[in-house]
Amino acid sequence: MACIYIVPIATESLFWLEPLTAGIFRSFGMRTKCAKVNIDISKAFDPLRQQYNSSYLLRELIAWPFAHADKVLGIAAVDLFIPILTFVFGEAQLEGPGAIVSMHRLNNKFYGMPENQSLLVQRIIKESIHELGHTFGLLHCSFPGCVLNASTYVEDIDQKSDKLCARCQQQLHIM
Amino acid sequence: MKPSDIGILIVDDEVSVRDALYKWFKFDGYRVDTAENATSALQKLQDNSWDIVLLDIKMPGMDGIELQRRIKQFDKSIITIIITAFASVDTSIQALKEGAFDYIVKPIDPDEMGHLIRNACEQRRLIYENIQLRQQLDEISFSEEIIGESPALKKVMDKVATVAQTDSTVMIRGESGTGKELIARAIHSNSNRRYFPIITINCGAYTEGLLESELFGHEKGAFTGALYRRRGKLEMADKGTVFLDEIGNIGHKMQMDLLRVIETREFTRLGGDRLINVDFRIICATNRDLEKAVRDGSFREDLYYRLNVFSITLPPLRERKSDIALIARFFIKKYAQAMNKNVTDLSPETLEVLSRYEWPGNVRELRNVIERAIVVAKGSYIDVSDLSFPFPPDIKNTEEDSLEAVEKSHIKKILERTGGNIAQAAHILKISRLTLYNKIEKYQLKK
Repeated sequence: MACIYIVPIATESLFWLEPLTAGIFRSFGMRTKCAKVNIDISKAFDPLRQQYNSSYLLRELIAWPFAHADKVLGIAAVDLFIPILTFVFGEAQLEGPGAIVSMHRLNNKFYGMPENQSLLVQRIIKESIHELGHTFGLLHCSFPGCVLNASTYVEDIDQKSDKLCARCQQQLHIM
Repeated sequence: MKPSDIGILIVDDEVSVRDALYKWFKFDGYRVDTAENATSALQKLQDNSWDIVLLDIKMPGMDGIELQRRIKQFDKSIITIIITAFASVDTSIQALKEGAFDYIVKPIDPDEMGHLIRNACEQRRLIYENIQLRQQLDEISFSEEIIGESPALKKVMDKVATVAQTDSTVMIRGESGTGKELIARAIHSNSNRRYFPIITINCGAYTEGLLESELFGHEKGAFTGALYRRRGKLEMADKGTVFLDEIGNIGHKMQMDLLRVIETREFTRLGGDRLINVDFRIICATNRDLEKAVRDGSFREDLYYRLNVFSITLPPLRERKSDIALIARFFIKKYAQAMNKNVTDLSPETLEVLSRYEWPGNVRELRNVIERAIVVAKGSYIDVSDLSFPFPPDIKNTEEDSLEAVEKSHIKKILERTGGNIAQAAHILKISRLTLYNKIEKYQLKK
């Protein structure tokens, strides 16, 4: 049976896995499996930027032979970038098989604030559903509360819900 | 504008940049394409319409600055955003000077990118709106109400088209109601000043002091009641046109002030000492015999020559009677629509009456006659009985009438005008009272 594979990258701590699994099921009605794979992240590292190339990691991720995988979602603990941008919260292939999300800038610690694990989990769920939405063909949504609304600041992520708006849900079913 | 209405072309030799930006804009719903070099970009500009072009400044072959030049030559309304790897001030300033909307330094902050594209889209929307408004203005540039196909009017419109393109001062002459203001507006709306205002000043409607204040404005406290500083109409017309109607009616002092402003294009507000520079074109109109006014000294000769650079004389309606049917039908359509009445045309008899009338009030009078007729008309045609003239025409004489019939009708009209006063009527008709009595007898014109 087809499912979404969740792949932790550069992290052993999986406190976010269970709520994320529930969130994905709520949004897409699909089961998830967690798979630990051995991706060499050092090849994605840019010493000048001290960040990891998101596109490289995504390519590595989708090249992995997962059985019956409908989509693959990488959850990375490291800071991700694409060459043209200073950073990305995540990256996805539009109507493609894979997406990747970075927890690095979703964590309050990055902004010099006290850690808040439940807020971090909420942000991981929102960004994961957002990026997975792209893999299902959804574009950014102009409705501010929709999880597919574009976010360039972590505050933007906090403003929106972890749900697809009615229009995005409808589009998802059409697709 | 929805994102899908905006086309973004990304020009960069680096595939990773092209792909990343392509994806970024695609996720936002924009129509996106990429080009790896200037040649490919120019081809894509030919093949499709693009609103925003993001281009790398350093590319093999033609660089971003040169490509931007080509894009602006092709369509200067396309918004260009320069992407540069180094914050090179010189290059960025050069790009901005040559019309770039903005520049961004790689790597770009995602938030900055979002703002930049939103601003560029807004700019594009404004440019688009501006183009549409200008097109609308161009479409209505020849006023709809200047109607007619007579050679006399065509000659006038040829003159309008000729003088509109220049910045010359124009003097419009013509009887009251011939449409002098419409012609002034037509000149303005076909000139290069058409996107700036045309300000009309009816010089005959103000006393000399008021006209001065209207034209030049005043400072606070310049005179009793000047509670605020007020800009004058000349100031309001900056870069546009000033239409001075009834110019023949201004007094000596105003003539002198106006002459100075026309010569220097500068003036001070009443009660002020700061010189104000303005750039305007003057169109003036009069129904007075200005040459006679110059001869008898009531109008300055130097001002006359300043104003009478290019003269357009509007023919009275009686000299272009072939236009009457067209004009009448235009007003029927206009007023029937406005009054929600089903009047569509004139009856043949009505048209004949209108064509034979002398129209002392010209087109304005015709307009009023039609407007009144539409109010009272019962059917879909305006009948002779629906017409009401301020100066009733003699509707019985036709070219086929005999000399006797014309004489009878004329005597009857004069008797009506004099209220039956034989002596006065005989004086007007330049016949003796006895002859008049005989004619009254002959034509049975006794009351």
